[in-house]
Amino acid sequence: MKAASDNALQRESKARRHSEAWHHLKWPLIALAVVLLFNFFFTPLFFHLEMKDGRIYGSLIDILNRAAPVMLLSLGMTIVIATGGVDLSVGAVMAIAGSIAALLITKSSYSFLSIVILTVCACAVAGTWNGVLVAYAQVQPIVATLILMVAGRGIAQLLTNGQIITFENPSFAFFGGGTFLALPFPITIVAVTFAILSTLVNRTAAGLFIEAVGDNEKASNYSGINTRLVKLAAYTLGGICAGLAGLIVASDIKAADANNAGLYLELDSILAVVVGGTALTGGRFFLLSSLAGALLIQTITTTILTRAIPVEFTLIVKAVVIIIVCLLQSEEFRKKALQLVRRKS
Amino acid sequence: MPQTVPSIEPPLLTLRGIEKSFPGVKALAGVDFTLNRREIHALMGENGAGKSTLIKVLTGVYRRDSGTMQLGGSEIDPRSPQDAQQAGISTVYQEVNLIPHLSVAENISLGRQPKRLGFLRWGEIAQRAEKAIARLDLKLDVRKPLSSCSIAVQQLIAIARALDTDARVLILDEPTSSLDTREVEQLFVLMRKLRDQGLGIVFVTHFLDQVYAVSDRITILRNGQRVGDYAAVDLSRIELISKMIGKDLSEVERESGGKAKPLSTAREILVQATGLKRKGAVENVDLTIRKGEVVGLAGLLGSGRTETARILFGIDKPDAGKIEIDGHKRELRSARQAIALGFGFSSEDRKTEGIIPNLSVRENIILVLQGQRGWLRLLSRKEQEELAAKYIAMLNIATSDAEKPIRFLSGGNQQKALLARWLASKPRLLILDEPTRGIDVGAKFEIQKLMRSLTNEGMSILFISSELEEVVRSSDRVVILRDRARIAELVGEEISQAAILSSIAGTNESSPE
Repeated sequence: MKAASDNALQRESKARRHSEAWHHLKWPLIALAVVLLFNFFFTPLFFHLEMKDGRIYGSLIDILNRAAPVMLLSLGMTIVIATGGVDLSVGAVMAIAGSIAALLITKSSYSFLSIVILTVCACAVAGTWNGVLVAYAQVQPIVATLILMVAGRGIAQLLTNGQIITFENPSFAFFGGGTFLALPFPITIVAVTFAILSTLVNRTAAGLFIEAVGDNEKASNYSGINTRLVKLAAYTLGGICAGLAGLIVASDIKAADANNAGLYLELDSILAVVVGGTALTGGRFFLLSSLAGALLIQTITTTILTRAIPVEFTLIVKAVVIIIVCLLQSEEFRKKALQLVRRKS
Repeated sequence: MPQTVPSIEPPLLTLRGIEKSFPGVKALAGVDFTLNRREIHALMGENGAGKSTLIKVLTGVYRRDSGTMQLGGSEIDPRSPQDAQQAGISTVYQEVNLIPHLSVAENISLGRQPKRLGFLRWGEIAQRAEKAIARLDLKLDVRKPLSSCSIAVQQLIAIARALDTDARVLILDEPTSSLDTREVEQLFVLMRKLRDQGLGIVFVTHFLDQVYAVSDRITILRNGQRVGDYAAVDLSRIELISKMIGKDLSEVERESGGKAKPLSTAREILVQATGLKRKGAVENVDLTIRKGEVVGLAGLLGSGRTETARILFGIDKPDAGKIEIDGHKRELRSARQAIALGFGFSSEDRKTEGIIPNLSVRENIILVLQGQRGWLRLLSRKEQEELAAKYIAMLNIATSDAEKPIRFLSGGNQQKALLARWLASKPRLLILDEPTRGIDVGAKFEIQKLMRSLTNEGMSILFISSELEEVVRSSDRVVILRDRARIAELVGEEISQAAILSSIAGTNESSPE
């Protein structure tokens, strides 16, 4: 009797768990499907894939490739937002990553791998700086990261003496432009980063601690969780993700452009996280949904570009779609909308 | 019960039949309140008695559902604090609501600065401030920033600000809670002076000594109703306390007795705290907790019960005093450290210090245990589910399943889940601050039974509760706090409600009475 009710308890538990994760993945996926469906009917060759020189080409692959930097940022941003913070500096950190990589390529003889590792480490330090300000100096996250958002671009410019440094380095070019498993290499970077992060949050207690801290920091602290360290680590992870994204961009354009690399991408990544259903107030977070959000944003951009709609519309269309997805995620809004529809009919 | 007021003048402020309901609660059920000119009138009552609701109705923060309010003979109906202030009712709240980096003069004039053609008239601001300060016999440079003044002086400046308008009624809502003894005396001198100038003062406080030191009359509220209105000299402390908690002393004396509990002095000492002191929290608290015993911490609200618990759990650091654990002196610097030493603390503030609202019951239960194991050694899903199922069954937590976000549970079930969180960590000392607040009788009884069986297994419990019956029933030893200091300790058969009450009421030598 008791065992039976325990079993029922567990079955119900499992069902609820799945439904929660699915609930947050559902809306960005549906929006993505709608945009794709639109392209299926109205944009010729949108789904066309073609194998050339061992690499697949086509709009879909292009979307995945172009979205890679924002997807990386949104992974780190998800963790930061889950702790109740936000990181405005990731775009600037991307620029720093580009500048450091460019310097190392042009001024040193380090190998490709050491350049990547050194750059990512520097970006981890930048993220840690944010984390120290937020967790230990108790500066509000938006202010703390605003400091590096402004200063970071300055640092990147100082590193390159205000010039755009171009470089030729075939092995480094692979990072942003290479082909791996018939796909652009950035897709692999995103996949591996996602795999590592989801292992971290699911196979260790890190996920639980992050959600607990974001949901009720005081109660988490009184429960013996090192809340400061959790927050610090979140910003460090954010810095690492931004470093990887910066490397992809620099490698792709074969240059370090301190002024424009990663410009406004912090905002895109915050949007991706929000569209993915992670609340800006912190707590429960959804890595996969954030990726879906980033893909949605990129798909809209690509659609507009391929349909020869004036580029000026891109931002407006993006905003409209995102507002719709965010509204749809609100149960209250869905109820009210349904009522309205019913009353009319 | 209410006595007629021996006064020739008509009362300054008369409230009749004030009612105020919130969804599900009747906060005020027909309360009368009368304040005279030249009177300091204490408003007393335990938590939830309706004191703050009454003050808020009076100052226009809330609108009353029914009842009448008269000030100086004419009907008033304040719709906002500004409204009330214009009518002549000024309030000074517990926390100083001023702006630290502005000057004293600016703070006094804030929101009603004299202007000409849209420009501030600095000269007049300073003059007005000096006049207001002089009225309080304070001497200070009004151009100094507020933050350069001590908290006590800031409190006085807040009063000066309140009096800057033509106040006839001054409400002081726990003005003394962050002041030390000398500062309190300074405040009282001012209160008496203002009274003699003709003001009616409403004084809300938890400190009994202070009530008797300064008040002329006392109105007691309980459960949203007025118990009575008394001249301070006619009401003894013990009567005051019995009326506040709603228990007649004779009734209390009859109830208790016949409790046989083992004297536990022979057991090993787990925690020994001596001379704990922290400004604004506790003055002088000694506390010994032995292995396997329940120590009750009794005292009125604000007596330093929770504050003591917070120090023991490493949340707040004491300014002075010593804590020995297992005979070794320890400096507790964080909750994390206290947990590592085997302590647990279930806060009275379930919502902000207890539950992680959007996480599941399961996650809430395993949180402390997982924190102890560290982030790398994650409890397997199966272990987590088994733990959750075990405690849900053991404590009878009413939830459809373990994955439900804990915020959807009722208060009592949240409390049980938090208890489970600590039990899962197998603490040596569990500090329970009001663990039975807001839960039904059956669950209360279960928690008491559980406490007994836990101590039989060797766990020590520090039990804080406003409900005396519970303290008496559950404790092996009761430490009594009054006005932030330990005043007595009862062991075994000495423990009774009557004994606790008379300890709390007892005057101490240093009292100004």
